[in-house]
Parts: sequence; C-alpha cells; structure tokens
Amino acid sequence: MTVVFWIAAALTVLAALTMVGVTNLVHSALALALSLLGIAVLFILLSADFLAAIQILIYVGAVVVLLVFGIMLIQRGDMKESNLPNRYVGVATLVVLVVVGLFSWLISTTDWQVSTAAPVPSTVEPIARLLFTRYIIPFEVAGLLLLAAVIGAIILAREVKSK
Amino acid sequence: MNYVLFLPELLVAGLGLLLLVVHLLWRTQDGSRSFGYFTAAGLAAIALYAYFNLGVNQTTLEGTWVSDPLAAFFKLLFLLAGILVALSSISYLRVIKEYFTEYLMLVVFATLSMMLVVSAGDLISLYIGLEFMAICFCVLTCYLKTSPKSPEAALKYIVINAFSSAVLLYGFSLLFGLTGSVSITGITQALTASDPQPAVYLALVLVLAGFSFKTSLVPFHMWTPDVYEGAPTPITNFFAIGSKAAGFGLMIRVFLTVFSATAGTLVLLLAVLSFLTFTIGNLVALPQTNIKRFLAYASIGSAGYIIMGLVAGGRTGVEAILFYLMINVFSTFGAFGVASVFGSTVGTDEIADYAGLSKRSPFLALVMLLSTLSLAGVPGLAGFVAKFYVFLALVHKGFAWLALVGVVISIVSVFYFLRLAKVMYVYEASEKEPVRVDASMQLALAASMVVTVVFGVYPTPLVNLVGQVAQAFLP
Repeated sequence: MTVVFWIAAALTVLAALTMVGVTNLVHSALALALSLLGIAVLFILLSADFLAAIQILIYVGAVVVLLVFGIMLIQRGDMKESNLPNRYVGVATLVVLVVVGLFSWLISTTDWQVSTAAPVPSTVEPIARLLFTRYIIPFEVAGLLLLAAVIGAIILAREVKSK
Repeated sequence: MNYVLFLPELLVAGLGLLLLVVHLLWRTQDGSRSFGYFTAAGLAAIALYAYFNLGVNQTTLEGTWVSDPLAAFFKLLFLLAGILVALSSISYLRVIKEYFTEYLMLVVFATLSMMLVVSAGDLISLYIGLEFMAICFCVLTCYLKTSPKSPEAALKYIVINAFSSAVLLYGFSLLFGLTGSVSITGITQALTASDPQPAVYLALVLVLAGFSFKTSLVPFHMWTPDVYEGAPTPITNFFAIGSKAAGFGLMIRVFLTVFSATAGTLVLLLAVLSFLTFTIGNLVALPQTNIKRFLAYASIGSAGYIIMGLVAGGRTGVEAILFYLMINVFSTFGAFGVASVFGSTVGTDEIADYAGLSKRSPFLALVMLLSTLSLAGVPGLAGFVAKFYVFLALVHKGFAWLALVGVVISIVSVFYFLRLAKVMYVYEASEKEPVRVDASMQLALAASMVVTVVFGVYPTPLVNLVGQVAQAFLP
C-alpha cells in the first residue's frame, strides 16, 4: 500500500511539474492526463472506487480530450513553442517554493482527524443515497447549473447575425 | 422534509424555466419588453412572499438547508436587486437585441443562485451555489458579442473565478480534514472544542482569499474594473449590488461561526483588507475617465467599508453590514442605472461626455447626483446612515484608528463624486439633444432614489429590521 502510494504521489507531482515545464502544449495535455491518473490511483488507495472511476472517465477521458480538441482547433504557429514560460518564471518559482514550504510546514504540524471506520465494500450505493436525501438540493441545483451552462454555450457559440 | 422552507427558490426556478418555455412557444420577437415586465413582476411577487416570511428560523435536510432570518434578509435583497436589474435590462434592449428572454432567464437563475448560496448550511451546497452563480454571470457578461470588451471580460471572470474557487475549495478540504464534517454547524462545534491547530490558520487564509475574490477586496480586486467595464451595464449593476452582497452574506455566515476560535487573527486580517480596500479603491477611482471603471473602483471602495462591519463583529457589526448592503442596492443601482441609460442611448461611457447632462436630462443628472452623494456618505442620504453605523460599530469595538482613516478617505471620495457633479451641472454640453429614459428605467431609478432619500431621513424601519435579523443570527 505505502509503496503504491509513494509511486502514485510521485507520478502525480512529477507529471504536474512536466505539464507546466514542457514547451509543447500537446505534451502538456498528456502530462495532465498522467497526473489525473495518478490522482485516480490515490482515490483507489483511499477505497473510493467510484470516485476513481469518475476521475478516469471525466477528467482523463473527457476533459483532457476536450483540451486536446481545443488546442487542435485554435492552434497556430509552431506547436513546439506553444507553451512558453513568460518573463515572470523566476519570481513565480520562488513564490511557489515559499508557498509549498509554508503549506507543508502547517499541514505536517497538524493533528488530522483519522477515520477509524472500516471501508464500505461499494461506495456507489451510499453516494446515491446521500445524493437523493441529504444533498438533494445541490443535486437538483447541479441540473439547473448544467441547463444554464448549455443555454449559455448555445448563445455564445452561435455566430453573430450580420445586418 | 418541509418543502415550504424552499418555496421561494422553487418559485424563482419555476419563473426561470417558464421564461425559457414560453419564449419558445411565443415565436415572435416583439414580446421581449413584456417578458421583462413579467420577470420583474414575478420576482416582485416572490419578494413579497419572502418579506412576510422573514421570521422563519428552521433548518431541514439534515442541516444542509438553513432558513433563518439572515438568509431571508439576503433573499429579499437579491430579489429586489433582481427586480431592478430586470427593469433596467428592458431599456437596454436596444443594445442586447438577441436572445433577450434567455438573458432574463439567466438573470432569474443568477438571483436563484445567490439565494441558494446564503441558505447553504454545508460546504457542498455552498460551493455548488457559487459555481451556479459564476456560470450565470459569466454568460451574462459575455452577452455583447459584437463588442470586443465583453468576451474579454467574461474570459477574465471565468479564469479568475476558477482560480478563486480552487483556493476556496482547498480551504474547505482542509476544514473537512480537520473536523471530518462538511456542515457549518459541525465544523464550528469541532473547531471551537479544542485549541486551533496550525492548519486552521491555513484554512482561514485560503477561505478568506477565496471570498475576497468574490467580493473584490484589494488585493483580490484586479478582475473587477475590467469585468465591470466589459459587461452589459445592467449586469455590471447586478455584480455590484447582488453578487457582492452574496459574498458578504457568506462571509457573515462562515466567519462569525466557523472561525470564531481564531477570531483574533481573522479580525486582524480583515482590518488590513478593509484598510487596503477602501484606500486603494477610493484613490484609484480619482483618475478614472470611464464612468463604469470609475464606479467599479468606487464600489471596491465601499466593499472596504462594508467589511469593517466584520472587523467589528458581533451583533452591531452584522447589523451595520446588513444595513449597508441594503442601502448599497439602491444607491449603487442609481449610479450604474444612469450609466446604463446613458451608455445605451448616447453610446459612450466616458465621463467627459456627461458634460451638460443636467440640461439634456435633469432626471438622470439628479439621480446620478443623489446616488453618488449617497455612496460618498453625504448626510441626509441613506449612504451616510450606513457609513455612520459601520463607523459606530468599529469605534465600539476599539478600532477607532480604522474608523478615523475611513472617515478621511470618505471625505476624499466626496471630492471625486463632486467632480462628476461638476461635469454634469457646470460644463456645457457639446450636444443639446435630450436623453430619453424608458418608462421601466424611470420607475426603477425613481423607486431607488425614493428609498435612498427616505432611509436617509428616516432609517428606523430598516434599522429595526436588521436589528431583528442580527438578533436571530447571534442570539
């Protein structure tokens, strides 16, 4: 378990760093997919099988594919130089290092709540039950949110009528 | 489960869906104006219902839905803002032209999302509500597709909003990790039971940063002027009177409960944010030449005063914030409303073009004068009473220095609002053609000015109302 965790964690972080570091946008997208897969492995280690499946289906499957499509449709110029760092790269690295250091220090000195309950064999059923009882309002609101998003997308994507 | 508790939300959602369906059956473009009036009337009826149910204090769905006077007060505020925005949108029809019913539907949904946010009793409902709000506002911001500034504003909004949501969610995840609960009451109980852990401070900073983006406090305000400038002016108005109030509603609900164990740090951070916000907002407003950017910075500045209520904390602080937010709806609406009419009829947002407005439309010039003076806090208008309450609450809690700086900056803000008055009343107009104001806009502007003047002279009813709300929230 621990070995798998460290491998998955290292994979996630290294892939995320690669995503930011490489200069080819398509390579960035692939690194992002790898990083998201690493998170899916972490979910499995936490016995969250449903979340892991959703993570792979939606993030790796849909979001990254959409991203690649987006890159393909709007790409112009040389793909090898499509993700260049700007002139703030030095300052940004410094800020990120300070923030990571500070966060790690605060997080590592805290006593976290550890659940002692045994993991449930399947998480799908409890999640469904919660969605239709306690979280019924967020669930319904998510439906309205998608409706608003779909209508918004149609309005924004339609061409402007010329007079 | 008590369905009556979310009847207002069901009605608002129904109104939005009705607009969508009826428009498809209607099949003509002429009805747009009547749809606008229909939306305003529907929201007004729901607001009336909400007003008579201000006293309800219950939770349902295992605490994920809170129907308390605080939520009800904010719902009333959002509904009033929604009515004003719907009315002002009717006169903006000559700019929007296409998909007006969908626009109204999104305005109704945006109102709904804000109502959901203030009633959320747990972090999941709260976050979904915030995302709903962001989607509605993003599409509405982008409605002027032919203007290059509108899509740019929408893109900036969506990117900044995604970033702030990520920060907020990180804070929420830490809170969940610390307490094992997502409900606000559960987290509060767990956090107040023991001494604060180091990660509580991290969560505090992250949640504060996330909310500060939503309420555009300095230094998290960078998106505000661009988005306010690029969005259709009625939507700019909605940002300034609705979305901002939703952010403050959340701050009241989360900071005065969840982080009460770390109140010392919180108050210090809020005091710094307040100081930065009202000084930078007001001082940067001075050199602006575009009316929407100018009012955007003025609105950032007033957020600095509103947050003083949280610095003061306690019942008096909550009362001061609620009072200020309600007055802000009417005063800010007046200012942006005039900008909306002027921008859509004359076709310019430059302050220099407001020269001689008193001759071209005495009504618009008067509304602009009254609302900006109210925003500046000139005695006799509601804005003065609002600022007075905030400063009083601060002095009461021993933050006299902050109140003093606030008063000084407030006087500076009177100067730049008077500069606008000078442009409107003293300078000669280059064009003499009168500016026509639609009946809907006349109604909305006149109503908001009546409220601004009446509460400036006789604020007692609103004071009593916010007193009761604060009493119920912090018994």
